[in-house]
Amino acid sequence: MSDVLAVADHRRGDLRDVSYEIVTAGRELADETGGDLHLAVISGTVDDFADKLNRDGVDAIHTVDHGEEFNHDIYAQAVTQLYDELAPQYVLTPNSVNGLDYAPAVANELDLPVVTDTVDLEADGETLVATREMYGGKVETTTQLEGDAVVTIRGAEWPAAEGTGDAAIEAFDADIDEDTVGSTVTGFEEVGGGDVDISEAELLVSVGRGIEEEENLEMIRELADALDATLSSSRPIVDNGWLPKNRQVGQSGKVVTPDVYIAIGISGAVQHVAGMKGSDTIVAINTDPNAPIMDIADYAIVDDLFDVVPELIEEFQ
Amino acid sequence: MKILVTVKEVATVEDEFEIEGTEIAEQYLGADLNEWDDYAIEEAVQLQEDGIADEVVAVTIGPEDCEQTIRQALAKGADRAVRVWDDALEDVDLLDVNAKTEILSAVIEAEEPDLVLSGVQAGDDSFGATGVSVAEQLGFQWGAVVNHLEHDLEDGVASVRRELEGGVEELTDIELPAVLTIQTGINEPRYASLRGIRQAQRKELDVQTLDDIGVDESTIETELELTDMYEPESESDATVWEGSADETAGELGELLRDKGVAQ
Repeated sequence: MSDVLAVADHRRGDLRDVSYEIVTAGRELADETGGDLHLAVISGTVDDFADKLNRDGVDAIHTVDHGEEFNHDIYAQAVTQLYDELAPQYVLTPNSVNGLDYAPAVANELDLPVVTDTVDLEADGETLVATREMYGGKVETTTQLEGDAVVTIRGAEWPAAEGTGDAAIEAFDADIDEDTVGSTVTGFEEVGGGDVDISEAELLVSVGRGIEEEENLEMIRELADALDATLSSSRPIVDNGWLPKNRQVGQSGKVVTPDVYIAIGISGAVQHVAGMKGSDTIVAINTDPNAPIMDIADYAIVDDLFDVVPELIEEFQ
Repeated sequence: MKILVTVKEVATVEDEFEIEGTEIAEQYLGADLNEWDDYAIEEAVQLQEDGIADEVVAVTIGPEDCEQTIRQALAKGADRAVRVWDDALEDVDLLDVNAKTEILSAVIEAEEPDLVLSGVQAGDDSFGATGVSVAEQLGFQWGAVVNHLEHDLEDGVASVRRELEGGVEELTDIELPAVLTIQTGINEPRYASLRGIRQAQRKELDVQTLDDIGVDESTIETELELTDMYEPESESDATVWEGSADETAGELGELLRDKGVAQ
């Protein structure tokens, strides 16, 4: 068959943005294979989610009303059974933390190849060409495969689907075996609260791996003080325990939109950029002119931060 | 309790490099222990130090060249290591998730650990899928992107936190045996001590072929083919300030004043 089955992502009552993007990715793929686009909405307020996702280009929406929140065992079983029922060529899931918690299991169960974190897809007959990054974004690659596959898509790479669709919305009676469910979600916790909310700041001085040593952070603190700015960072600084989690900008940290964002020694991994690309003005200080941060910077200083930052402190002291 | 940690030697790339075909030219490549696996090893070793684990076994798929990297796991405290390699794997361009799943599952079945820790992803090919795939294959439970594990695995349950997007953590109880994929930041990986490095040389590093672990060559045939590799086109339209640090800092200062965010 030539159909595409795309799976929506939601959490705590809300569809995540990638759910609308996967409609676009799925439609494009289905156009290329000449098939229909099916959506699966699993757990939570499925009818409400289905209505919201009924946008241009969706042919059918299958709801699985089982439980409130994501559980990978439920998802894996429901998606596997939908595959058996619909026989699509491609199963598309978000490359989210939850997507990566069930897509590989579905692929293994169905004995299909899995390609993750794709940023572009092209199908021609039985052949799929998937574009994805390697080596932390230093290169892009194309990977080719024949036949059915499970594919995960990166968020914010496809535009959100718009318009109103006329998809048939049907409840899918998945046969969920509760005995195989071996994990239980006991709660959620917001992290990164505390003394400061970096998402409120007008000026962020943000520091990354380029700072090299914990003691060098002092210089960045001085700069933030001199500018009366708020201090934030990329992931490695928090992973190292040099700054608390509430200072982390990015996919797993905070999304920030200051007037000016000064990225100091931050290479600009996609997970970081996801958290700061909405800043009005972005300034990058980095020795590497090819660092991905330069792609979204409005202004750049290609120089050693250890030379530039002291000059800047001096100017504002 | 026995813990198995999957480790991988990953290729690292210099800032400036050239591509030859679908590979980065060899002179620009280095090798290192995968960053995520370093955290997985640390977590296992801490579980051992807390008296919860009796044995920590590191498992890798790779040629003899990677032994030095795998010995890092031993130097940090793993008790022994298993390295799977085979002539049949030499010619495989891209060892895909299914192939890694076959190999690792065979080793895990023989070792019978209670808990398997793997990194969320590898820093080179970044599939982020092998841990969960292995769990499914073995009939183990699993949790992806774990950034906290309670060191109290009583009643055969692992209480973990999964790091979701947007600063939200999911608290989940997972029945053992299980595979957890470990996120960076879960702990602070130690540096191997000199004593540890010396001891690592004497620790057991068992080399096994596909035949040894009972995996048929045909099952590791990859379905994915790498067809192109290129540097992403720079989309930068940034204004680059030129000059000495004094001058560029001056330009930035002026911008900040213009924008009214600093005086």
